[in-house]
Amino acid sequence: MNCNDHAFLNLNADQRFAITRRTFLQRSAGGIGLAALGSLVGDARANTHFAPKAKRIIYLFQSGAPSQMDLFDPKPGLEKHRGIDLPDSIRRGQRLTTMTSGQKTFPVAPSMFKFTQHGKGGAWMSELLPHLSGVADDLCVVRSMFTEAINHDPAITFMQTGFQLAGRPSIGSWLGYGLGSENADLPAYVVLTSFGTGRRDDQPLYDRLWSAGFLPSKHQGVKFRNTGDPVLYLSNPPGVDRETRRETLDELSALNGKRFDVLRDPEIQTRVAQYEMAFRMQASVPDLTDISTEPKSVLDAYGPDVKTPGTYAANCLLARRLAERDVRFVQLFHMGWDHHGGLPNAIRGQCRDTDQPTAALIRDLKQRGLLEDTLIVWGGEFGRTVYSQGTLTADNYGRDHHPRCFTMFLAGAGVKGGTTLGATDEFCYNITENPVHVHDLNATILHLMGVDHTRLVYRYQGRDFRLTDIHGELVKPILA
Amino acid sequence: MIRRAALIATALTLGAHAGEKLAFNRDVRPILSDKCFACHGPDAAQRKGKLRLDQRDAALTGGESGAAFVPGKPDESEVMKRIVSTDRDEVMPPPKAHKALTAAQRETLRRWISEGAEYEPHWAFIAPKRAELPPVKNAAWVKNAVDRFILARLEREGLTPSPEADVATLIRRVTLDLTGLPPTPEEVNTFLGDTGADAYERLVERLLASPRYGERMAIDWLDAARFADSNGYQVDRDRELWPWRDWVIRAFNENKPFDQFTIEQIAGDLLPNATRDQRIATGFHRNHMMNEEGGIIAEEFLAEYTADRVETTATVWLAQTFNCARCHDHKYDPFTQRDFYAMKAFFHNVSEKGIGSYGSPIRINAPPFLRLPTDEQTKKLATLDADIAAAKKQLVTATAEANSGTDEWAQRLATTEMKWTPGEFVKVEAGKALVEVRPDGARIEAPNPGSAFTANCSVRFSAGRATALKIECADAGMSGTARWLDVRVFVGKQQLKLRAVESGDSIAKAELTKTLDGAKQTFTTVAPREAKSFAGVFEFAEPIAGTDLRVVIDAGYGSGPMLWRIATTGSDPELFAPSAILALAKKDAAKRTPAEKKRLADFHAQQSPALRALDDRITALTQQRDKLDREVQTTLVMEELPQPRQTFVLMRGAYDKPGDEVTAATPATLPSLAADAPRNRLGLARWLVDPANPLPARVTVNRLWQSVFGAGLVKTAEDFGAQGEAPSHLELLDWLAMEFVHTGWDVKAMMRLVVTSATYRQSSRLTAALHERDPENRLLARGPRFRLAGEAIRDQALAASGLLVGRIGGPSVKPYHPPGLYEQVVAGSSAGTYVQGKGDELHRRSLYTYWKRSVPNPAMLTFDAPFRETCTVRRPRTNTPLQALNLMNDPTYVEAARFLAQRMMREGGESPESRIARGFQLVLARAPKSAELAVLTAAYVRALGEFRSDAAGTSGLLKVGEATTDTRLDAAQLAALTTVASTILNLDETVTKE
Repeated sequence: MNCNDHAFLNLNADQRFAITRRTFLQRSAGGIGLAALGSLVGDARANTHFAPKAKRIIYLFQSGAPSQMDLFDPKPGLEKHRGIDLPDSIRRGQRLTTMTSGQKTFPVAPSMFKFTQHGKGGAWMSELLPHLSGVADDLCVVRSMFTEAINHDPAITFMQTGFQLAGRPSIGSWLGYGLGSENADLPAYVVLTSFGTGRRDDQPLYDRLWSAGFLPSKHQGVKFRNTGDPVLYLSNPPGVDRETRRETLDELSALNGKRFDVLRDPEIQTRVAQYEMAFRMQASVPDLTDISTEPKSVLDAYGPDVKTPGTYAANCLLARRLAERDVRFVQLFHMGWDHHGGLPNAIRGQCRDTDQPTAALIRDLKQRGLLEDTLIVWGGEFGRTVYSQGTLTADNYGRDHHPRCFTMFLAGAGVKGGTTLGATDEFCYNITENPVHVHDLNATILHLMGVDHTRLVYRYQGRDFRLTDIHGELVKPILA
Repeated sequence: MIRRAALIATALTLGAHAGEKLAFNRDVRPILSDKCFACHGPDAAQRKGKLRLDQRDAALTGGESGAAFVPGKPDESEVMKRIVSTDRDEVMPPPKAHKALTAAQRETLRRWISEGAEYEPHWAFIAPKRAELPPVKNAAWVKNAVDRFILARLEREGLTPSPEADVATLIRRVTLDLTGLPPTPEEVNTFLGDTGADAYERLVERLLASPRYGERMAIDWLDAARFADSNGYQVDRDRELWPWRDWVIRAFNENKPFDQFTIEQIAGDLLPNATRDQRIATGFHRNHMMNEEGGIIAEEFLAEYTADRVETTATVWLAQTFNCARCHDHKYDPFTQRDFYAMKAFFHNVSEKGIGSYGSPIRINAPPFLRLPTDEQTKKLATLDADIAAAKKQLVTATAEANSGTDEWAQRLATTEMKWTPGEFVKVEAGKALVEVRPDGARIEAPNPGSAFTANCSVRFSAGRATALKIECADAGMSGTARWLDVRVFVGKQQLKLRAVESGDSIAKAELTKTLDGAKQTFTTVAPREAKSFAGVFEFAEPIAGTDLRVVIDAGYGSGPMLWRIATTGSDPELFAPSAILALAKKDAAKRTPAEKKRLADFHAQQSPALRALDDRITALTQQRDKLDREVQTTLVMEELPQPRQTFVLMRGAYDKPGDEVTAATPATLPSLAADAPRNRLGLARWLVDPANPLPARVTVNRLWQSVFGAGLVKTAEDFGAQGEAPSHLELLDWLAMEFVHTGWDVKAMMRLVVTSATYRQSSRLTAALHERDPENRLLARGPRFRLAGEAIRDQALAASGLLVGRIGGPSVKPYHPPGLYEQVVAGSSAGTYVQGKGDELHRRSLYTYWKRSVPNPAMLTFDAPFRETCTVRRPRTNTPLQALNLMNDPTYVEAARFLAQRMMREGGESPESRIARGFQLVLARAPKSAELAVLTAAYVRALGEFRSDAAGTSGLLKVGEATTDTRLDAAQLAALTTVASTILNLDETVTKE
């Protein structure tokens, strides 16, 4: 921890004294074994407000917004409304994006996919999810999510930070800030991205979605690259092998130590510790991403894409390996769910990408006893409209953005599996039972991690900020 | 580490002394503000129990529970009773607020009430006073006024200043601070050899005069102005504002007075006879993010842009958190929601659309922008304009002459049916698109929704002579769509010249013409539905004999399948006419109005060979002109609407919930706008630098102070409000602010004053005692020591290695960048690829590095640069393993190490020791100590042994980066020295200003 660091300054004087004194008294001895103060990793603290149910989170973000009524929220009654204009009594002046606000008609488009119930809990899922339906009793499906934004950038920013505009910390950064890391050799917040085959040129992502906002920048998510080193600049240049790197680091530590003897600034020792951490990451990250020791049965379970780096399947397996290593917050972003037109084909592609690996991840974690303390969250930034964007035909339709209701699911630690929460009206347009706002979801996620969302605060520009702003109610029915 | 009390830490250095009376601003306001004002402060809507505690009168009048306190009598004061209560329903602050008072805070409040409960106006809203320089004991230490204030405080605290830093440390420190680059060995030698009493002062003069000074100063300003090269939202396309960035560099180098610097950036366009530079300066407030997502509601984002301007202005000039007053009255500071929107009214009259540049025909900037043509471009454009005007004039004359025979032609037009003969698709190749050749045409399905494809169609025509070609997209129950980007037709290998025409309901000629201009930026979208199909008609420049044609269509934004058909006709070109003309032709000649007659006659005239030639010429000239126009550099600027927009208070900040209308005004708490000042941005700009305004001079000198000492005198440089930190040296801050105004807002003079002080020149060596007493160095009993900014770390490596290209300004450049970062988050868009620059572009100073907001340069982020999404006036400084990996392995630094090694070999003599010493000198401005030299020499010997037996490793290491080192140098020696140089570049001392 750096003396100029916000978090440091916000400690009380005793804590601060203890840290600076400790850092100050540590002397360089070849630079090995120093406490990793100020690191973005290895900053272990058990600072929960109450006993956590979950030690870590795997958040499977489906970017672009999947259609709830084609996956989880069946509306068989819509057939009789096929092609008719969405009644005003349902739309109630809801604002629309300018992509469809000029449309003359809003023809109701029933889903063309078959739904059946699954598991003891009887969760409804469409034929697009043959694998997830096999783990239905592990899922808590929330069909009554709603949000405030109607376009992707503000909506996804809202999901991640509790605010529609850029600049606030992301949920993973908040958790890293509040809880620290459980692993000394890996970042506390890892981001993995993949493109969907449903729509290759779909909505982009932005690094700010996992940024630390105004929290110290060490809390920002580390995006693993899909090509080359997963962590930037991890590999030594040609001609410098691991032994040579060890030698150069020893030399570097020796020189830094001599400077410390002159200037006595503890920051020098912190830097030495960071170089040691970097050296350890150079071993721990390749070990993490080397899946050659995974048995064939495991690889098969995740499906054929698992061996292609940068696919959702490969990222799901990587998420499990990160969970095994106690990385606090792993977030996958799978793009390609924005189906304004040609939805049936596009959503088939998306489900082919994600259904099997998601189910495999849940089973894999369960088999290893990790699902007990790992929380899984699955969902996008909003839902999609019941009316068709563009012409509705027998086998084709599109759907615009819809903030008033959408479906997410949770699984694992502290979550009541085999349940379905909330309901929507016959047009899947408005929520009729148990509305869950984005702030409520985030409050609940923090709760499962042992954190009271009203008490995880950070002082910035004179104000105490929270992930949930001044809102957020715990969603009790989903808690086990 | 969950609940933190921010202000406790500062009490260590700022608290009252025993026996001294408490000071409201220093001791009491922070407590009341943090714990009470949210419910008992300026925000009337949220006020609980009708009690207001931020004003003494209101507190004494009290609320529902009576007066808040009885001055002098804490035990009788309601406030005391409530804060010590053990009843959960009574105690204040209420437990659910999570704002419990500490025992010390309760004691402070008790003491303050017993001392009379006196209030003071908040320090920042009182005009600064120029205090007498305080007396000091150790007058010999003092070099200028700064030192009097600092030393007086140190003496009061029983501390003594540190000795002056050694000469090498000092020149490196001040050179880094004023230029962002390390001193060269020659500069160090000159300084070491200069025994004049004012050697240091002359050094400072040289640095202030260096053009590098403007670059260094610009970096902080670019953070504050949220400068970037992309729009920031969604696909995050490019914008062009670098001419504004260059203006900033020039302004600092020319030492433009800060008041003028302010006025030109806020309102340069409104100055009388505004110059081009003054208009470029207004780019400051176009730096905000801009949304170009297809479905957005423009009003919503217009509200965001204007709010961003208010918040940025308030942060940069007033250090006030106006964003808190966007949805409700400020909870801590005396600003109302109305104040916020009255400020917004100044910025709400800009001729902007609210949506970004998506589809803008002119380069990439969204209006308003300023065109910056070169002289040559201006000349060429004028010539083309004249040529177009002349051709149009000729067209008018020729039209008048060619009017004969209209009736006969109209008759023919009305009675002749256009005959189209469909061609037979022999073969269609369309990449990944799905193709099915059917009897009625070719069904082509876009590979993915939104994708691009090229359809290469071989079509057989058995008909005779053909004058024109028709391409048609039909629905056939498929619901597909695409955009036509380009159409090319070939006979064998020869490309035919095409001319867009209209026939019946075909696509408008103007639209179709764009499809032929080669720019591939058209909006000719075809989305056939049911009965309606889309067709484009292209006339051949010369009729062709019936033959096989190859028709190539570039399509973009495709989605779903469509049925494509291609046909030709042998009709007389005079008979191609749009439906509207056809309808007129079919109308009884006697019933045509004069206007209709003229329209028909004009159209007919244009069909004559002479006029068609003219028409073609105008089309060609216009295309040339448009192409040239797109090449003209532009920069975003502010520009007033002729008719101001109305501005409303937005309820809860929501764009679609307008409340009362407001007009432009400055906040009531601060001195008002001069009576004769215009109620526009110019009036606002002058108010921002009016010496009567207590904030701007203080806020600005505080930031300048921060730039060299690492922390401002007010550490919360962005917040001088009640929740901000009180100044560590208020009298010094005020003295500097007065001095700043007194010197005519002279920025260089302020920098000179600060860096020539004895305070600045102290050694930064820390002792255990000093570290315990003042870990943050707020009292300044030692010199500043902190990690350099990311830009300076890279620039230093480039400079020391000799790679740095010193050219100032110009378009942003793309140096080394890890591959795949853009591609991983942005697909299918030209914005989604980082195309690395070449040659010089790899080694320019870091402030010229292309800044994409959605994926900022990762090395800069690693070293704590902000995303540049919103105004930032203070960067954090962290210390992480990613920084270590970056400095060890980024090709930027590996290449720099190789070049540093080359310099060590060329300039450092023959022995390893002398070479290493040279490297040390180049980077750190000092000679290595013998122990240091021993470590590095041993490292060199070790590495040399390794590289001698590793030819592949040697050549691999020497190949990192694109610049080439001298191949005549011994490769193993160069490689070994490269690793030594890398160690030097990784030293804590290297990345730190000491």
